[in-house]
Amino acid sequence: MRKAFIVMAQKDNVATALKEIHEGEEIYYNNKKIRINRKIPFGHKFALKEIKKGEYVIKYGEIIGIARKDIREGDWVHTRNVKSAYLERYK
Amino acid sequence: MVEEFMGYLRDDGSVGIRNKIVILPSVVCSSVVAQRISEKVEGSVALTHPFGCGHIGPDFEYMARTLAGLAMNPNVYGVLIIGLGCENLTSNILAKRIKNSKKPLEFFDIQDIKGGTIAAIEKGIKIARKMRNEANELKKEPFDFSHLILGLECGGSDSISGITANPVVGIVSDKIVELGGTVILPEFTEWIGTEHLLMKRAINEEIANQIKETIDSFIESTKKLGLDFRGAQPTPGNIKGGLTTIEEKSLGTIAKAGTAPIQGIIQYSEKPKGKGLWLMVEPGLDVESMTGLAAAGAQLIIMTTGRGTPTGNPVCPVIKICGNPKTCDWMRCNIDIDASEIITKDKSLEDLAQILWEKVKNVCNGKLTQSEILGHNELAIWRLPGFGLDISKLLNI
Repeated sequence: MRKAFIVMAQKDNVATALKEIHEGEEIYYNNKKIRINRKIPFGHKFALKEIKKGEYVIKYGEIIGIARKDIREGDWVHTRNVKSAYLERYK
Repeated sequence: MVEEFMGYLRDDGSVGIRNKIVILPSVVCSSVVAQRISEKVEGSVALTHPFGCGHIGPDFEYMARTLAGLAMNPNVYGVLIIGLGCENLTSNILAKRIKNSKKPLEFFDIQDIKGGTIAAIEKGIKIARKMRNEANELKKEPFDFSHLILGLECGGSDSISGITANPVVGIVSDKIVELGGTVILPEFTEWIGTEHLLMKRAINEEIANQIKETIDSFIESTKKLGLDFRGAQPTPGNIKGGLTTIEEKSLGTIAKAGTAPIQGIIQYSEKPKGKGLWLMVEPGLDVESMTGLAAAGAQLIIMTTGRGTPTGNPVCPVIKICGNPKTCDWMRCNIDIDASEIITKDKSLEDLAQILWEKVKNVCNGKLTQSEILGHNELAIWRLPGFGLDISKLLNI
């Protein structure tokens, strides 16, 4: 069966969609039900838990960015709500 | 159980997984002669290239090191160098370098024999055929994977390469390091955004600082050209595909190199100075990169691809692994490992790593890769060794 998403490391707070996931769909991760808040395109990320503004976004068990605003569980996670933590250092 | 493969022992102690005769033109002017010779001798390959004359300073060194390095690759039994006679990278200079490998080696210049192209081809065929016969006498012996140098590469990546093919290769890369082997990760432009993580993996502070200096000096040099390497990533296409930040993109790329400690940084076409994982300074063009890996002594390359690419290498088998279902379908003849089942079926990264590991062993034992079957012998040499120097000075601006 085709998987809906993949989580790259245990510590991650985001998952990557392996197919388009629709708004209102419910997915299960670590025995937890997560409601998807808006359409997640193939290859894009959604939050596995709440990430508050200023907190790190974690994928591959590493920091891939900082939340620009509060991100709810099941939200689409992309450039609109995440900025590079790396580039911040070179500003 | 000890993991082993059947290879060819060379006189310098290295081990080949192929047994090729190399016909090496020292300069573009002798490339057609070299090509004709190789066409007449089965199991030989002409390393044709458009260079060999007018090189100065670091450019000369990079060119000589790369051409000699390719000829010295453990997969090569013997070498015939064809010079013209008036070039500045002469057959003699290359021969002096290649002698260190103790391989059977012959060389001559077209201007030194009576009869021009035709006589040169005839002379070359005789020499190459004799070498081929000697090469055929060599018996394979079992070796453990501490004798293997694996090169890592990615080309035509897409937004899912970083969550499919690349981490699968990372698992196999770690396994080779664990078995005492050597792995080289090139393409430093794709480390940008993960310096701090690569530095943490360095075996000591000195190596960590080298990683930082390598990337910082490149970024400073390109800034003078008005380029912003950090700010331009990820590209609009990457963002559309789901990649959000430069560090996310680069993490997906360096996933190929697993989690092993980093032993050090080597320059383009330079041999690793020990076992384990090494970084190679190389800017990230697939074919240039694979040429540099083979010239550094890699007997095998694993290349991940998303959108698909057919390229190979003249002395080194290339295993292609792809996570994109459409590419695996459309370019099936170019792909060795279909990793798209991570997406289309419920296969795990570990499942695919097991399949890739079996493929690595088979290819080391002589099984041809798709790029070999299709005759992909692409060769390109990085000609901007200004890296590490001031690029703006080199370009005189």
